[in-house]
Amino acid sequence: MGPSGSGKSVLLKHLIGLEEPDAGEIFINGEPLTTPEIAAKYRMALVFQSGALLNSLTVGENVGLYLTEHRLKSPEEVEKIVAEVLAAVGLKDAVDKMPSELSGGMKKRAAIARALVIEPQLILYDEPTSELDPLSAVVIGNEILDLNHRIHVTSLVVSHDRDLAFGVADRIAVMIDGQIVTVGTPDAVKNFNDLRVQEFLNADFKRER
Amino acid sequence: MFENIGEIVLLFWRTLLALPQTWRQKDKVFDQFFEIGNASLLMVCVLSFFIGAVIALQTGPVLVERSLPSAVGGVVGIAIAKELAPVMMAILIAGRIGSAMAAEIGSMRVYQEIDALRTMNINPIHYLVLPRILAIAVALPMLVIFSVLVGWFGGAVVADLNHRMEIPFRVFFADLRDIVELKDVANGVFKSFCFAIIIGVVSCHQGLVTIGGPRGIGRSVTKAVVNSIVLIVIFDYILTRFLLK
Repeated sequence: MGPSGSGKSVLLKHLIGLEEPDAGEIFINGEPLTTPEIAAKYRMALVFQSGALLNSLTVGENVGLYLTEHRLKSPEEVEKIVAEVLAAVGLKDAVDKMPSELSGGMKKRAAIARALVIEPQLILYDEPTSELDPLSAVVIGNEILDLNHRIHVTSLVVSHDRDLAFGVADRIAVMIDGQIVTVGTPDAVKNFNDLRVQEFLNADFKRER
Repeated sequence: MFENIGEIVLLFWRTLLALPQTWRQKDKVFDQFFEIGNASLLMVCVLSFFIGAVIALQTGPVLVERSLPSAVGGVVGIAIAKELAPVMMAILIAGRIGSAMAAEIGSMRVYQEIDALRTMNINPIHYLVLPRILAIAVALPMLVIFSVLVGWFGGAVVADLNHRMEIPFRVFFADLRDIVELKDVANGVFKSFCFAIIIGVVSCHQGLVTIGGPRGIGRSVTKAVVNSIVLIVIFDYILTRFLLK
């Protein structure tokens, strides 16, 4: 987590290969990300901040896109998997809807469903609760936790939402101005003795009464 | 500008390398093909008829006054088959289809849909560019053949009905057949194939490099159409001068 513009989303894009680092290397379990076999070895999926569903396809087609484009399953199997995954994120009635007909929270859940179809070992979430009301944010947060327990997927959540971060994380890294200032358990981060971190974690309105 | 040209050439090369994927993408190619046909057929018909008509109207009376009525069919036939049908249809399709390609791909780029494809290991060139370029490369030459026929018909109607020419329908086409060869039509069709590739590659490239919001998309659409038309006119000269003498 970290304030807006600190480089969190850019880091995420580097991890999934949408951007290439100007300098330095990224390692996963000691192997550089540039190794050709890495994509097959560690499947990753990114849930975009906006959902990034393909607007010209239905929700069902969006969710099944990975399987149909790579011809991994027959159309009947794809249909079945899509129905299962959408039901798992609470969107079983949305299969034939267009993305424009969905609310912000539903779009994000559809994007999570699309990521799940890849059967990833690592799901990257980019600001999953931004633009959502507190109730929808809780639904998404629970979804992240539930997936973690149910299919044992590792989740890397980028957020500036303090409630979400402390609600779902096992470990938190705080990033400020492109640097990771601290990494640790939520409690350790809360008590980390750095002015910038404390300022970010305790920012509040000052209302004169 | 040179960076743009380099990127366009690179995109064309990558699309050529993606050609083995054609069968996989055949549904998308058909979808695009029918969209181009549906969107353009009526316009092609109207435009071609009046182009043929106006060429007959401009050249016919001059030739008839000089006792050359038998040349009217040939002049209209050649002008339409070799030049006007391919170039005008390419310009029409650049405006009608090139703009739509740039807008669609541009909006997918701006709203991160292309990034989403890449995270799913789906190559945007296979998924978006190849079907569009293949569809337009087949559709435009077919539209040009249709346009040539309608244009000749337009010219024949005016030559027949205009009191300064009064060349009967059958005589017009007999004269046309004397002068116009199948090779002339093939020249025009080949040129239109090259123009189709230009429109497809330039428009898809503009879509893919779109940045910013709605204004960026608008800018890309304008650039796609303008650059396509400029390249069509330049390549028209080059192809005519060096290949289709």
